[in-house]
Amino acid sequence: MNTNQFQHHRRWRAGRSLAKLAATLMFVFSLIFVWSPSAEPTASGTDGSETPSGVNPAPAPALPSEPAMRTESGEKEKKDTCVQCHLEMGDELAAPVTAMQHDIHAQRGLSCADCHGGDPTEEDMDRAMDPRRGFVGRPTPGDIPRFCGKCHSNAEFMKKYNPRLRVDQEAEYFTSIHGKRLVQGDRKVATCISCHGYHGIRAVSDPQAPVYPTNVARTCGRCHANAGYLQSYAIPHDQLEKWQASVHAEALLKKNDLSAPTCNDCHGNHGAVPPGVTSVANVCGACHTRQAELFRKSPHKPAFDEMGLGECLVCHGNHEIHHPSDEMLGTGDEATCVACHSEGEPAYQAAETMRRMIDEMVQELNQAEALVDRAARAGMEVSRAKFELNDAHDKLINARVVVHTFSANELQKVIEPGLETAKKAHQMGVEALNELQFRRKGLAASLVVIFLAVMGLYLKIRQIERPGA
Amino acid sequence: MEAISKHGWLTWLSDRLGLDPLIALAREKEVPIHRHTIWYYFGGMTLFLFIVQVATGVLLLLYYRPSAETAFESVQFIMTEVSFGWLVRSIHSWSANLMIAMLFVHMFSVYLLKAYRPPRELTWITGVLLFFIVLAFGFSGYLLPWNKLAFFATKVGTEIAGVVPVIGHFLLRFLRGGDEVTGGTLTRFFGFHVAILPALATFVLTVHIWLVQRHGMSVPPSVERQAQNVKTMKFFPNFLLRDAMGWLIALGALAALAALFPWELGEKADPFAPAPAGIKPEWYFLFMFQTLRLLPSHILFIEGEVLGVLAFGLGAVFWLLVPFLDKESVRGERNGLFTLIGVVILLYIAVMTVVGYLS
Repeated sequence: MNTNQFQHHRRWRAGRSLAKLAATLMFVFSLIFVWSPSAEPTASGTDGSETPSGVNPAPAPALPSEPAMRTESGEKEKKDTCVQCHLEMGDELAAPVTAMQHDIHAQRGLSCADCHGGDPTEEDMDRAMDPRRGFVGRPTPGDIPRFCGKCHSNAEFMKKYNPRLRVDQEAEYFTSIHGKRLVQGDRKVATCISCHGYHGIRAVSDPQAPVYPTNVARTCGRCHANAGYLQSYAIPHDQLEKWQASVHAEALLKKNDLSAPTCNDCHGNHGAVPPGVTSVANVCGACHTRQAELFRKSPHKPAFDEMGLGECLVCHGNHEIHHPSDEMLGTGDEATCVACHSEGEPAYQAAETMRRMIDEMVQELNQAEALVDRAARAGMEVSRAKFELNDAHDKLINARVVVHTFSANELQKVIEPGLETAKKAHQMGVEALNELQFRRKGLAASLVVIFLAVMGLYLKIRQIERPGA
Repeated sequence: MEAISKHGWLTWLSDRLGLDPLIALAREKEVPIHRHTIWYYFGGMTLFLFIVQVATGVLLLLYYRPSAETAFESVQFIMTEVSFGWLVRSIHSWSANLMIAMLFVHMFSVYLLKAYRPPRELTWITGVLLFFIVLAFGFSGYLLPWNKLAFFATKVGTEIAGVVPVIGHFLLRFLRGGDEVTGGTLTRFFGFHVAILPALATFVLTVHIWLVQRHGMSVPPSVERQAQNVKTMKFFPNFLLRDAMGWLIALGALAALAALFPWELGEKADPFAPAPAGIKPEWYFLFMFQTLRLLPSHILFIEGEVLGVLAFGLGAVFWLLVPFLDKESVRGERNGLFTLIGVVILLYIAVMTVVGYLS
C-alpha cells in the first residue's frame, strides 16, 4: 500500500468508525457463500457437505458501499491475508480459497472479507478475524438470506456490477414456503446457498451453475426427491421423476430448448410456492397463450372456477405432462372428457363430434401424405403438393388448439378449411400418380414406335444388302 | 444416289448451293468392315446426343430464368407446369450423361485403335478439345438448376480450380465472378453454357467432322497389317442406316430413363446452409476428385493438391499431343507402350470412379 492510499485509509477509519464496521460487513454480501462451509442440506459448494445444522441470530446487516469501489481501484487487492493464510494451512481450510476460482463474485473482484468481514490487510490472525473489525465468520442457515441480501437487495450497490440484476430476491424469498418456514425456525428448508452453492458460485447463465435451466430440476430434486429428507413434511417426493417423464423435460434436456419449463418456471424460484388453483392457468398460459385465451372464454372456465379445479392440469396433469394426443379428446378410454361428462349430456356429444372432426382431418391428411409420398418415390416432382400438406398440417395444429374452446361449432370453422387444404394435397397426389401412369403408357407407346422404326431400318438394310440387290 | 439426283428439287438446290461435291462425297464415302467396325458408331452416337442436347437445351431456354432468385423456381416450373417440361429437362440431363459416356468410349477406341496417326492428328486434337468443351458444358450446366448439391459441388470444383499455381486465384474469381459462389456465378455459368461453349463447340465440331470426311475412317494398324484389301460398305445408305438404328435405340433409352427415372431437382441452394455430407461431383469428374482426396497434404515440399492439379494439367497436354509423341505408330509399327498407357489410364479412371462412389 503506498503512502497516499495508507493516509486515505486512515482518514476513512478515523472519521467513520461506525461506517467502517458497516462497510466491512457489506463485503460480506456475496462472499457470505464463500467462506462458510454451510450445513445446509442442498448446497453445492465444493467444500461443503449436505447436513442440516442449527442457526444463529443473524448479525446486523452492513450497508454496502465502499468495498466494491475499493476492489475496483485495487487499493487493498495486493494484500489478502485471508487467502494467504488459508492457502498455507492447506486441506479443508484451503478448500474455500481454491473453490473460489470459478466464483462469479471473485471474478468481479470481491474477496473473503467482502462477505466475512475482518481486515485482510492484517498479518495477525486474531486481529484480522477480530469481530470488532467486522469479522463474522461462518453464517448459519438462518442468517444466509439477510447476508446475501445485504448486497443483493441493494439496487444502488448491485447496479455497479449488473444493472439488470433483480434486487428483490430476498424479499421474494420470505414470501416463499422456504422463507416462511425459515422464519418459523425450520432449518432444513432451502436458503440461497442450497441452490446457488457457496465458494464457487457460478452465474445463472453458466451451464455448470446448479441453477442453469437444465440443472434446476436436479437441484430442487436434491431435497424434493429425497424421501428421507422430506419425511417430516408429508409432501410428495415424486415430482422430479414425473417431470423427467414429461414433454417439458424432453424439450429442455434432450432438445436443449431452454425455454421449456422446469421447476422454477411454474413455482417461482426465490418465491417458490406450490401454484394455487387460480394461478396454474396463468403459469401455463405464459407460454401456451392461445390455449389459455381460448380456455378463458370457454364454458369450462366458470365451471372449473366454481368447482375449484386447476384449469389446465385437470386434463393435462401437472408434473408429468405428456405430449397431448387426440385420444385425450372424445369419449374413448383415454379421453379426459369422460372424467366429468357422461353419456346423454350435450357436452358428451360435443366431445364425440369434436373428436370425429379431428379424426377425419387426420385421416384425410394421412391419405394425402401417403399418396404424395408414393408419387415422390416414383420420381415425380411434388413440391407444390408438399407445400399444401405443410399448410394442412399447420391447420390441423391450429384445430387442436381450437379444441380448447370446447365448442364443436368453433372447431368446425377451422376444420373445414383444413380439410379443404388436405383434399387439395390429396388431389395433387392423385394427379401426380395419374401423370406417372400417363408417362409410362406414353413411354410404352413411343418404345413400340421406336422398335417398329428400328425393325424397318433393319429390314431396309437387309433389303439393300441382299446379294444381287 | 442416281435415284435422288433425278429428283428435280435436288438438282434445283444443287444448282444454287453447289452441292455436287457433297453429293459426290456421300456417293464415294466408304466405311471399312473389319472386327473393330463397331467402334465407328460411337462418334456418330455422341453427335446424335449432342444434337439432342441442343434441341432440348433450346426448349429449356424458353422457360429457364438464370438468377439465384428464379433459377430453381423456373426449373421447378418446367418440371411441374410446362407441358412435357419434365420430359425435356430429364432428357437434357440424361442425354448429357450418355453423351459424355459415349464420348469416353469414342475417344478411347480412337486412342487404342491408333486412329490419331497421320494424317489425322488434327482430327484427334479437335476431338480432345471437344472432350474438354463437353466437360465444361457438364460443369457449367450442373449449377444451373441452383439446387443444394449443385451449389456445393460448384463451390468445391471452383476451389480446385483456385489451386492451380500462379493463375489459380484469377481462375477462381473468373469462374465465380467474385470470391464466393453467388447468383453472379450462376449468371456467368449460364453465359458459358448457352453462348460461349456452344459457339466454341460448333466451330471445333465443324472442323472435326470436316476432317473426318476429308480423311475418311481410319483402319487400325493391326487390321492393315493382316489384310491388304479391307472390305468396305457404302456410308450412304448402308452405314448411315445402321447409325440411325443406333440413334433410335438411344432415343428409346432416353425416353425410358426420363419417364422411369426423372432427373431429380433436389432442394434449392442456400448459401448460408452447412454443406451436406459427402459432396461429390458428377461421375465424369469423380476420378480426378477422388485422386485429389487421396493425395497426402504434402508430397516433398509441394502441396498434394497442387501437385495433383498439375499432374492432371500435364496429363491433358500429353493427351492432346499423343499423335506427335507416338512415333512408332506413325511409322506403322506396333507400339505396346502407348496401348499400355491407354489401358492403364482407363483402369485408373474406372478404379478411382468406383472408389469415389464407395467412399
